[in-house]
Amino acid sequence: MIMHRRKKSARIRRVAAVIATAGILTALPAPAFAMHISEGILPAPWALFWYAVALPFVAWGLRDLRRRSEELLWFKPFVSLVGAAVFLISCMPIPVPTAGTCSHPAGTGLAAILIGPGLTVVVASIALTLQALFLAHGGLTTLGANIVSMGVAGAYVGYGAYLVARHLGLPWAVAAFLAGLLSDWATYAMTSLELAAALHGDGSFSAMLSLILLAFVPTQLPLGILEGFICAGALKFVRSRKPELIRATAAGGAA
Amino acid sequence: MKKTLLILTVAGFLLAGPACPASRAASWSGVDETVIEKFAEKAGRTAREPFINTDQGDLLLFVFLVAGIVGGFIGGYNFRVLFPPKRRREEEKISEGKLTIA
Repeated sequence: MIMHRRKKSARIRRVAAVIATAGILTALPAPAFAMHISEGILPAPWALFWYAVALPFVAWGLRDLRRRSEELLWFKPFVSLVGAAVFLISCMPIPVPTAGTCSHPAGTGLAAILIGPGLTVVVASIALTLQALFLAHGGLTTLGANIVSMGVAGAYVGYGAYLVARHLGLPWAVAAFLAGLLSDWATYAMTSLELAAALHGDGSFSAMLSLILLAFVPTQLPLGILEGFICAGALKFVRSRKPELIRATAAGGAA
Repeated sequence: MKKTLLILTVAGFLLAGPACPASRAASWSGVDETVIEKFAEKAGRTAREPFINTDQGDLLLFVFLVAGIVGGFIGGYNFRVLFPPKRRREEEKISEGKLTIA
């Protein structure tokens, strides 16, 4: 029994080391490329509109943080850990050989399973603000739109996908894979919608939306699959090492 | 073992991608350039310089390095708090009386 546990923990350590090494290696050779909507792309009314959409979600998340930190002593370190992970993952440009371009995963599907979608919006907002201020990654005028696409759409779609998959009786690993995959795709679908809404002019909104979505496909299709694997692998690690973290947090019994 | 192989295959695919002949002509630009800015320019909108422009020479690499160190430290510190090494966990269990020394 003890031998079996030792072998299992050694295997988990090995998988975690491989994931970490692959992450570092993929991040190293490429210069920084921004994948969020850059400064000045959205006209002012649309930039304000997306700020207005994002703010209630951020406020709800902050309220959630205060309430749950009072109940669980270790909750703030857990949110910090997940926040650091979202920041690093969403900074990491990954080359996609099928498209010859780079893009980044968002990490919001995993975060939503671990800390809930409300708090995921908060950590995504902090990550996006730091990136817009210091890393020439996104922009302050487009921050609201980027929060809605990466934070709100990514988190809620990922969380919803996980819960639905678990209620359908799918294994947690498949549910986590779907959460990562769909949260990534939802982020870029939302970005497409934001761009099409602001830039279609006199042309057809739906035609422009379809064109932008199609342009994202070669890069985001494989990257979404990779994000699904990252999400399932990370959840396996947490479940093996400290399942009580998940039991007491967002997805609760579903995880 | 199967999972490790799968992870290695995915990582190998990503790492070997830039080196394969089919990918050599690729620019490896971000989707902000290849998709977002392309459509924005067609609609008459161009990306503006960031308010704090760190995208100058190697400055951006330096800022990314600092961000990686700070983010890595915060993540690592909280990871140690939440996932203590095995020896420390056993010591905690002994002090709580959940584990006895034979």
